[in-house]
Amino acid sequence: MPEPGGQHAQVSATPAAREAVIRLRAARGHPLMFVQSGGCCAGSTPMCFPAGEFIIGSVDLLLGEIEGAPYYIDSRLHAAWNNAELILDVAPGDPEGFSLGPGGGMHFVVRSETCAPPGQAT
Amino acid sequence: MKYVPPGQAGSIVSVQPRYENFIGGKWLPPAAGKYRVNLSPATAKPICEVADSTPEDVETALDAAHAAKDAWGETSPAERARVLNAVADAIEAHAEQLAVAESWENGKPVRETLAADIPLAADHFRYFAAAIRSEEGVISEVEGVGDKRRLVAYHYREPLGVVGQIIPFNFPLLMAAWKLAPALAAGNCSVIKPASPTPWSILKLAEVIGDVLPPGTVNIVTGPGAEIGKALAANPRIAKVSFTGETVTGRLIMQYAAQNIIPVTLELGGKSPNIFFKDVAAADDEFLDKAVEGLVLYAFNKGEVCTCPSRALIQEDIYDEFMARCLDRIAKIKQGNPLDTETMMGPQVSKAQIDKISSYVDIGRNEGAEVLIGGKRAQVGGEFADGYYFQPTVLKGHNKMRVFQEEIFGPVLAVTTFSDYNQAIAIANDTLYGLGAGVWSRNYDLAYKAGRAIKAGRVWTNCYHQYPAGAAFGGYKISGIGRETHKMMLDHYSQTKNLLVDYSPKPLGFF
Repeated sequence: MPEPGGQHAQVSATPAAREAVIRLRAARGHPLMFVQSGGCCAGSTPMCFPAGEFIIGSVDLLLGEIEGAPYYIDSRLHAAWNNAELILDVAPGDPEGFSLGPGGGMHFVVRSETCAPPGQAT
Repeated sequence: MKYVPPGQAGSIVSVQPRYENFIGGKWLPPAAGKYRVNLSPATAKPICEVADSTPEDVETALDAAHAAKDAWGETSPAERARVLNAVADAIEAHAEQLAVAESWENGKPVRETLAADIPLAADHFRYFAAAIRSEEGVISEVEGVGDKRRLVAYHYREPLGVVGQIIPFNFPLLMAAWKLAPALAAGNCSVIKPASPTPWSILKLAEVIGDVLPPGTVNIVTGPGAEIGKALAANPRIAKVSFTGETVTGRLIMQYAAQNIIPVTLELGGKSPNIFFKDVAAADDEFLDKAVEGLVLYAFNKGEVCTCPSRALIQEDIYDEFMARCLDRIAKIKQGNPLDTETMMGPQVSKAQIDKISSYVDIGRNEGAEVLIGGKRAQVGGEFADGYYFQPTVLKGHNKMRVFQEEIFGPVLAVTTFSDYNQAIAIANDTLYGLGAGVWSRNYDLAYKAGRAIKAGRVWTNCYHQYPAGAAFGGYKISGIGRETHKMMLDHYSQTKNLLVDYSPKPLGFF
């Protein structure tokens, strides 16, 4: 399991996403967590919850932390995605499922390392 | 023909500027007084406003459902069946209006809603009306006959009470029917939350069936999942929760259900294999034509289907010939106004969805997949220039690529080849999911063997995307729990009452 925020972290975030996480945490007054979803409808979406809301099991992998918010993925999904490095970003759209959103008509999205526009990831 | 968009002069569908929640048979404004704009994906322009509800509204809906549950639960099966049949009749009487509303809000072509979504929704209510009337408990003589103790076990199905139901955006009305019909048939009342991108068509349904249903049996609350999804799913006042969507919300719902110790049914998607054995091309006939359409069905409902046949596995002997026919058919898919009956593919449901689809095509390209057709946003032009249209796309690659592993939920087919039966089954089952699958062969022994070997809840054999009531639908592996569209769903919406009756006057003799 990679060290949170360490050099082996398999998740990073764009400046906009980092700012959104900081703002959302301040607005809600509690720490946050991310869980990568898969499957139907809003599959592939990073879900954002109050920290501790989603029970982490032995099947889950901690990919890293974004501004103190741990980012988890089901290890089977991680393997199916060929251990892709993920980049958290924000984009226009409503939050999916029960996820919190950064507000302002935006939602959290995830991009893969290979797809991010150059220079956007931090 | 082209239907006039809802809300415009001459449309068969009326639109109010603003919709409230449907609770206790009445339209109630959201407690916080907030509304949100609801867009059509065809134009990215507003249709109307809907309630942006808060947990308080969920509680109001639960109050209404609890007030109705005893009377409805004690209603005779014949009366419940009458109501369900009346719901079906009302849907049918307004089929065209509902089809147009559904198409305009979701983006799916009206030819699909007219021929599938709406007629199937009506039929599901009729199916469960019939099922509940034919339900019988079982009786067994547990112990003794004649002079011995006469102990009889009677089994009755009793309703759970009030259930929570959360439905997805891809078939807003049909999924509502799939969930409401068995719940009501079994004697429950429902609080149902439509998906955030598609809250309106179910409110149009409420306009149509609201008078038919006893107040409080069906309560509809619209709004964001983070606010009201949890308020419903984690609520100690629901006796069961049913959800169709993605895996993280599915797990969260199970987690809440664990805290309340209530049952759940979940349908969480798939990455369905569609296997074409070489004998499909043994003759150039109607069957081959059907098989070609069977592959192209990945574009049905613009690929926004949990069972989208999004992995085509084609036996290598026929790949070139068969794929050429399929690509020819795909190139003829007409995109455009979803309200034009000639349109085959409408826009994706939202900007978020089309952005995700585009990013997956990029992921596929970067992984080395070959784009055989499509691959980018479609330019429809005119009044639909801002609509969320994506070209029907085919990516050729191999099953270890991400585009073969994760549900894209768009018109993107991942195609690969196999050499023999064993390899076909190995590829088909090399997925986290197990919802749907397709098998195509003129050899029914082979098709049977393949169908039984595939780890999925539904294996369409020489057909695809048929959803008749009476055929159980649900997932293996992480695709979910429970089986919808079959009378076995009544078990998921009821609990067993056993009366153990002793007809013998003899004491046990212990004390």
